[in-house]
Amino acid sequence: MPATVTADAVEKTILEALPQFGVDEADISRDSTFEDLDIDSLDLTELSQIIEEEYGVTIKGEDARKIKTVGDAIDLVVSKAG
Amino acid sequence: MKREVVVTGLGAVSPLGVGANALYERWRDGSSGIENGEGAATEFDPTDHLSVKEARRSDRFAQFAMVAGDEALEQAGWDRDELPYDTTCIGCVYGTGIGGIGTLERGKELLIEHGEKKVPPLSVPLMMSNAAAGMLAMRYGLHGDSFGTVSACAASLHAIAQATRMIQYGDADAVVTGGAEAALTPLSKAAFARLEAVSPRGISQPFDARRDGFVMGEGGAVLVLEDAEKAAERGATPLAKVLGFGATSDAHHLTAPHPEGVGAAGAIRRALRDSGIEPGQVAYVNAHGTSTPLNDRAETKAIKDALGDRAMQIPVSSTKSAIGHLLGAAGAVEATATILALRERIAPPTLNWEEREEGMDLDYVPGKSKPLDVNGGPAIALTNAFGFGGHNVVVCLEAL
Repeated sequence: MPATVTADAVEKTILEALPQFGVDEADISRDSTFEDLDIDSLDLTELSQIIEEEYGVTIKGEDARKIKTVGDAIDLVVSKAG
Repeated sequence: MKREVVVTGLGAVSPLGVGANALYERWRDGSSGIENGEGAATEFDPTDHLSVKEARRSDRFAQFAMVAGDEALEQAGWDRDELPYDTTCIGCVYGTGIGGIGTLERGKELLIEHGEKKVPPLSVPLMMSNAAAGMLAMRYGLHGDSFGTVSACAASLHAIAQATRMIQYGDADAVVTGGAEAALTPLSKAAFARLEAVSPRGISQPFDARRDGFVMGEGGAVLVLEDAEKAAERGATPLAKVLGFGATSDAHHLTAPHPEGVGAAGAIRRALRDSGIEPGQVAYVNAHGTSTPLNDRAETKAIKDALGDRAMQIPVSSTKSAIGHLLGAAGAVEATATILALRERIAPPTLNWEEREEGMDLDYVPGKSKPLDVNGGPAIALTNAFGFGGHNVVVCLEAL
């Protein structure tokens, strides 16, 4: 069963995932853009895989192109789950 | 009129350590990088050299390429923020036998155990055989022609050969070239063992009567090749010239060399012709010398056939005695070691050679290095690489 989707839970998942892509934890906030964090399309594909596994929600294609910030990603996952 | 090609930078990661000098000097001094029947690059830790992002974006074979590349560019005196030539005139030709097989194997395990959703999205970009060529071009901002060469254990010598041609014919002013391999993985090791290509005793003893197969190794090398005139204009210190190369195919068997070494001999002759030299000018042969019964016998025949009387007068040794067989990386790693040996006028040893086999009567430089006698002339060597599939490549180098 996928985990319950709350903004806090998704935020925690993303914050825990990003450092493995080489992002400094201190640089991550809801407002930080993926561009500033040097997270590119390949990283987002991997992040999407982690989120899908955890919450059963996919962020692919058009969705992935729309999200600019960490906050965008969290909101998208929460709204898609809802 | 062909342009002259020089080598201005060398870099290597090998079972003898990180660095081209570690490779050459430890081999020269008789050290072996082979332990427990394999030549692992145990001194290589990607995190010493690469960021988290760089390391996770690359298979081990591409990691070897990047680390060797940084060393080679530094030695060439290239400012990575301001490359010495129009970047569209700097190419990258980089070989591998297999590519990212470790990545492939991990991806397959995840597929079987957890299903297709768990297959890493990076599987393809990491495993593709041209990944190292692409990574190097991206890392240094090289906008000229770039591609990978795939001819099994001849791959990286093919890369050097093609890089040389690109410069000779003016298609590039400089090319970052070489090759890497990281195939000490469960599937690959088992497959080579099943093929009865590897030594059951785990001993690399090229040209010795008791040899029973090669020892697998891993690593990579990068050579910076430049148009000699342009390199001189920018005040570079060239290490060697690439005089030319020869390449042929056995068209005989998928894995076995032609028993008489006909294709290999043809490649040597072509290399001499392409380089404009006679057999009498060759001072040293860095043999392919895999330690398999078939290769070493056929290669000995080929050297004798192509070099005639000269074959009996010059040292012929195998780097694989010290590092094992680096498969697609072998040609570039061994060319690197050969250049450094030529510059010191040293013939490094074939380790573990003790027993002569009937008909294999060249000077294999058993056990210990010896001085290379060039009679005050240029120090010229041939370096050989032959691959499964019947690919034969011979490159002719002159120390500067």
